[in-house]
Amino acid sequence: MLLRRLVPHPLLSLTLLLVWLGLVNKFTLGNLILGTAFGLIIPMLTAAYWPDRPKIGRPLKIIEYGLIVLWDIVVANIQVALIILFKREKKIQSHWIPVPLELTSAEAITVLAGTITMTPGTVSATLCADGSSILVHCLHTDDPDSVREDIKTRYEKRLKEIFE
Amino acid sequence: MSIFAELIISIALIVSGIFGFVGSYGLIKLKDSIQRLHAPTKATTLGVGGVLIASMVFFHFEKGHISIHELLITLFLFLTAPITANFIAKTYMARNIKEDELPPSTSSYGWSVYDDPPGTEEDQTRLL
Repeated sequence: MLLRRLVPHPLLSLTLLLVWLGLVNKFTLGNLILGTAFGLIIPMLTAAYWPDRPKIGRPLKIIEYGLIVLWDIVVANIQVALIILFKREKKIQSHWIPVPLELTSAEAITVLAGTITMTPGTVSATLCADGSSILVHCLHTDDPDSVREDIKTRYEKRLKEIFE
Repeated sequence: MSIFAELIISIALIVSGIFGFVGSYGLIKLKDSIQRLHAPTKATTLGVGGVLIASMVFFHFEKGHISIHELLITLFLFLTAPITANFIAKTYMARNIKEDELPPSTSSYGWSVYDDPPGTEEDQTRLL
């Protein structure tokens, strides 16, 4: 279990190393060693805030998820731009939409909330106190149920496959 | 630099300019803070995204190397922007919206801005 104490979060360590190499924008042995050192020290110092190690079930699904979110961002950007430019202010119908969650891990819910906010038109506002549903604010929709269905089928289902 | 590269860079810059403008215009036009919150999420996605794509294409064709900084900017934006939006939304809810104006949550606990999570002291006394 010594290895586990030395490297509490291998994925975090790897991410930190890659981010460091990207920041210096030059691949040398010195940067590799420094990045590895950061990757080892920072997770150790912050281990108290990360009690559990998130399980990533199917890594390839992450790429699929990223591409879907990018595509949705482009589409939704155009939709929201049209709403802002051409819809009369009084005709914009905003809705609060509660979305019940099947996800349980904190990391998965965080990613879902971030995705909802980054796709234009919806902002995740707050969680239910026991984390069993999320409150989403939608800028304009005629059909709140379809927004909820979209979030559940497009994002939550895929995150469930990735994290659980 | 070829005309093709210049064309891509120009298109990316114009797209990002348009979306940056629409995001700013939305800040003026929309009527309350929670609606205005939607406008800057546009500026940070396609608005900044266009500039970053233009920058990557430019450095690839002009200097001949692939720049990774743009990808990192994207990563940091995706990490920080939702958290900022979430904090603004929560502050707005706490100051301006009463609990009964919102749709109820699907469990016996209310929204976390107004209700305590399970296991806290207030929660224990409520159950008794």
